[in-house]
Amino acid sequence: MARTKLSRGVAVVGAGMSKFGAFPGLATRDLFVDAFKEMLASVDKGLDARDIEALYIGNFSSDLFEGQAHVAPIMADWVGLTPRPATRVEDACASSGVALREGIIAIASGLYDMVLVGGIEKMTDLPTARVTDTLATAADVTYETPAGFTFPGLYASMATAYMAAYGAPLEAFLRVGLKNHEHGALNPKAQFGQRISDIMEARKASAAKKGKPIPTWVDEMAFLMDERANPTIAWPMRLYDCSPISDGAAAVLLVSEELATRFSNAPLYVVGSGQASDGATHDRPILTGIPAAQRAAQMAYAMAGITPADIALAEVHDCFTIAEIMATEDLGFFAPGEGWKAAIEGRTARTGDHPINVSGGLKSKGHPVGASGAGQVIEIWKQLRGEAGVRQLPGSLRFGLTHNVGGTGQTCAVHIFERR
Amino acid sequence: MSEISFTGTAFYEFLKEHKLMGSHCPHCGTVYAPPRPFCPTCMAADLEWVELSGAGKLASYSVIAIAPTAMLEAGYGRENLYCSGVVELAEGTRISAQILGVDVAHPENIVIGTPVKVAFIERGEGEARKTFLGFEVIA
Ligand SMILES: [Zn+2]
Repeated sequence: MARTKLSRGVAVVGAGMSKFGAFPGLATRDLFVDAFKEMLASVDKGLDARDIEALYIGNFSSDLFEGQAHVAPIMADWVGLTPRPATRVEDACASSGVALREGIIAIASGLYDMVLVGGIEKMTDLPTARVTDTLATAADVTYETPAGFTFPGLYASMATAYMAAYGAPLEAFLRVGLKNHEHGALNPKAQFGQRISDIMEARKASAAKKGKPIPTWVDEMAFLMDERANPTIAWPMRLYDCSPISDGAAAVLLVSEELATRFSNAPLYVVGSGQASDGATHDRPILTGIPAAQRAAQMAYAMAGITPADIALAEVHDCFTIAEIMATEDLGFFAPGEGWKAAIEGRTARTGDHPINVSGGLKSKGHPVGASGAGQVIEIWKQLRGEAGVRQLPGSLRFGLTHNVGGTGQTCAVHIFERR
Repeated sequence: MSEISFTGTAFYEFLKEHKLMGSHCPHCGTVYAPPRPFCPTCMAADLEWVELSGAGKLASYSVIAIAPTAMLEAGYGRENLYCSGVVELAEGTRISAQILGVDVAHPENIVIGTPVKVAFIERGEGEARKTFLGFEVIA
């Protein structure tokens, strides 16, 4: 029952993503082709794509977002891989984190030696109200949404529970958004790759051009506390606490461990994988963290045989700023109730002792929900291989972690990668 | 075994009669609202309906400005804020509901742990009438 290891090892030998953003006229298949091409180019020793044996595609709701269901075979077809089995995986915003785990398990089973994992989402064709409604279908539509809860509202309610339990100030949340925009400014794939200070300057310039009074924020925190500049979405979550509505795709190539060096000079070995499920937000023993994330993390650490202190960098699911703070606790980087202090002290910045979301995270890089989990792997791939360019973290990095949450924690997938 | 299944439909039919109903496990004593057909605590499958006291306290909340379509149609939104929350019932179970009687203009003043009691929110007329679960702050 309590097996903690894979039957055989699995490695990542290629990874690529489309730009994340709003792309009128591009469908998920078009974005997936971009991701696939970049993945192909990232395979050091080259790849005949016909060696790929199966595809696992994470997608939350192309059905509602673009009126297209049954997307996995379309992705296979558009990259020339039919008639190979192509399976869609849907676990809300954790769809491609779970697709990754399914791909890993498929190789570990011995059935396949090479599997393509994808993530896709096309959200920007719908007006905001319908995007809000569609995202809310990831909550419990019988018992949560009739209460008026939106997705931001559910996370905001965890934020009020967290604030009351631990005395966290609003500033802690705003610091997370500020930091992730700083990080995203170094990522050319990011949807909102502007620093908050850049956004402030742009607002001032725009006001001056229109002959309106020029705002006089003393610093970024003053801007973020200004209700006109940063309106409340669901108190205490404001606009800059929320990840954007995005289009995007990502692709990750997995092979069995013994084949890894045949394709790659620097493969990433999948040393930890964990996944857990849970009920509706109201049904959990705690509202100040995500039990499924805690459990998935424990599974991944147990498989890897390492501790949170060994993780050099983590890409965590910051769909809302409170989510990043809870993630840093659920993953064991900080004790419960200490994550908000770490955020204020800069410990999760790229210069801190626990760098979190050096890609810019979902907040700045973008959150095409079904692609976000696979997208996180791209950053770990680049950072552990020393290919992250201007945003490369210093030193030799060994372990990287991804944390991908579906809904408000009904699903969580955690993965740990090692550069040997 | 109860004759009425523990469905969402049944829960909202009871709510229309202004009854907050949950399910009770006769083996381990746990009470569930929303009602469950199956007891995850002891794995029993012969649960019974139970009417809840309707007393509870606020466990979490948010004051929502960007409303979903259903709440926009009910007249809420940026210009008419509302509060949603999780309530811990006296019977120990938690449930999501709209929270009434709080100062939505000053969400920072809403206090977790505040005692609340069940309220039944009616929307729509005639055939379209639906009852939604609410809780209001006890004055
Ligand atoms: Zn029981």
